[in-house]
Amino acid sequence: MNKRKLRDFIGTKLMLIATVFVSLLFFVIFLILLYKSMFILETQSISELLLSSLWNPEKGEFGLYPIIMGTIVVTGISLLIAVPISLLSAVYISEYAPGKIRRVIRPFLDVLAGVPSVVYGLCAFLFLVPLVKDVIAPWFGIESTGLCVLTASVTLSVMVFPIIISLCVESFSAIPIELKEASLSVGATKWETVKKVIFRASAPSIISAILLGFGRAFGETIAVNMVVGGIPRIPSSLLHPGQTLASLIASAYGEMMSVPLYESALMLVALILFVVVLLFNVLGVVVLRRAKRRWGY
Amino acid sequence: MNRRVLEEKIFKTLMLASVFIVMGSLVIIIGLVIFNGGSSLTIEMFTQTSSGGYYLGRGGGILNAILGSLFLALPATALACLIGLGIALYLQKEFTHPKVSGFIRLSLDILWGIPSIVYGIFCLMIMVFIGIGTSLLAGIIALTLLEIPIITRYMDESIKMVPIELKEGAYSLGSTKFETAVKVVRRQALPGIIAGVLLGLGRGIGDAASILFTAGFSDRIPESLFDSTAALPTMIYHLYASPYPLVRQRAYAAAFILVVIVLSISIVSRALSKRYTKYVIP
Repeated sequence: MNKRKLRDFIGTKLMLIATVFVSLLFFVIFLILLYKSMFILETQSISELLLSSLWNPEKGEFGLYPIIMGTIVVTGISLLIAVPISLLSAVYISEYAPGKIRRVIRPFLDVLAGVPSVVYGLCAFLFLVPLVKDVIAPWFGIESTGLCVLTASVTLSVMVFPIIISLCVESFSAIPIELKEASLSVGATKWETVKKVIFRASAPSIISAILLGFGRAFGETIAVNMVVGGIPRIPSSLLHPGQTLASLIASAYGEMMSVPLYESALMLVALILFVVVLLFNVLGVVVLRRAKRRWGY
Repeated sequence: MNRRVLEEKIFKTLMLASVFIVMGSLVIIIGLVIFNGGSSLTIEMFTQTSSGGYYLGRGGGILNAILGSLFLALPATALACLIGLGIALYLQKEFTHPKVSGFIRLSLDILWGIPSIVYGIFCLMIMVFIGIGTSLLAGIIALTLLEIPIITRYMDESIKMVPIELKEGAYSLGSTKFETAVKVVRRQALPGIIAGVLLGLGRGIGDAASILFTAGFSDRIPESLFDSTAALPTMIYHLYASPYPLVRQRAYAAAFILVVIVLSISIVSRALSKRYTKYVIP
């Protein structure tokens, strides 16, 4: 075998090893998390863990229900805020804004996307927390420290903006101009064209953008941890503190080694995060395929 | 006024309001970072390490965190690049059956979506298993795992775009698959590859959750791979709520420097991509 062939052989095999490594990584993470959370699953049933609302690691009670509810509420509200605002901004940027403004806005969006999450958390702590504490909470007549579900949701929604906006702008701009012209030429207003042509033609991309935004909001740890309050109880209002799954792991890290089963409980939380992300990705692929068939142009 | 025109007006106003909210939040973030960070920046911040207990300690700067961040993110990005380039090249049609590569791409997308805290806790398990404590090495491993999917998917997307004629040209001259991949395809896809690598670097340098348990925290500059180290994001996370204004200032200064680093990475990325696009055969 000559030198070049040998190099080809070695190079190809090295690439194969890297590929196998990453394909395995996926299963290895899953199996290790599963193995580690088996310890707690042996003592308590999964339904008991997911539906009990008592979270007292010192007493060996690991009810995840309030934390799961907290995660759903925080993620849900952040998407409720982020999706309409991002969609409308994306429409403005791609359809209404003059070219000059469009060129200015895009780099700003990239900046917003690149800001590390811990800086989002810091800014929320410096700006939103006092705002909620001194202005919004008294307005509703509630005492609040400012560290609450609402603050966390708003912070997350700002983090999700750039993701949804840039993906949507990209897909809106990819729609053939003939489609828009056809709609405008039969007398539709610009907004009607957006509503009936653009939203429909790019529905698959909008769906996947929202799913990506969901993933970011759902798994965000540090920024949420800094402003959500970190109390594992079901929040009685948006202005009360709560806890989310990802943020729980970060807060509990310091104490988890001292209590038996605690570590295993946190592994279960990590496993839940992993499985949800997995399910949503697979769901995304399936929905995308169907949506493309339904709304494709 | 016609109802349709009214609807148009209403939605246009809503759109302007949305853009205003998005841009406003960016202005607030940048403003807060510059206002708080800028006033905390002194020469000592850059030249001294933190002194005397990280949460309560007074005085000292954040040199240990700046260096720690670089020591963590640069090797991690280099490793992720090597591994990522291998995978991205291997995912192409010549090497892998499309069905297999489709599956690997899906698993990379899922890995991309996994919250960084899960990587952190996964690496913690590995560390406990092989018996090392919080250290630079563990932090690098966690960040590498975090960056691999990002860098690989970016490289893969830009390598996929390389026209088949170009590869066929190389094959027809007798080059092997590996030579074509490394010499022709890599050059053609370089702008995309650079963008992906710098995106990964930006993501790695700013991520706190994955290094929180793995790299730990310390006041000193790490001397070996097995020392714990501070980094800019973990410094912000640990110090932002300190009761002492002097300590909080370290967090603000760290945030300022972190944002400056991330911004320069994105500017460099744009400039380099533009530059290397010149050498791409259209």
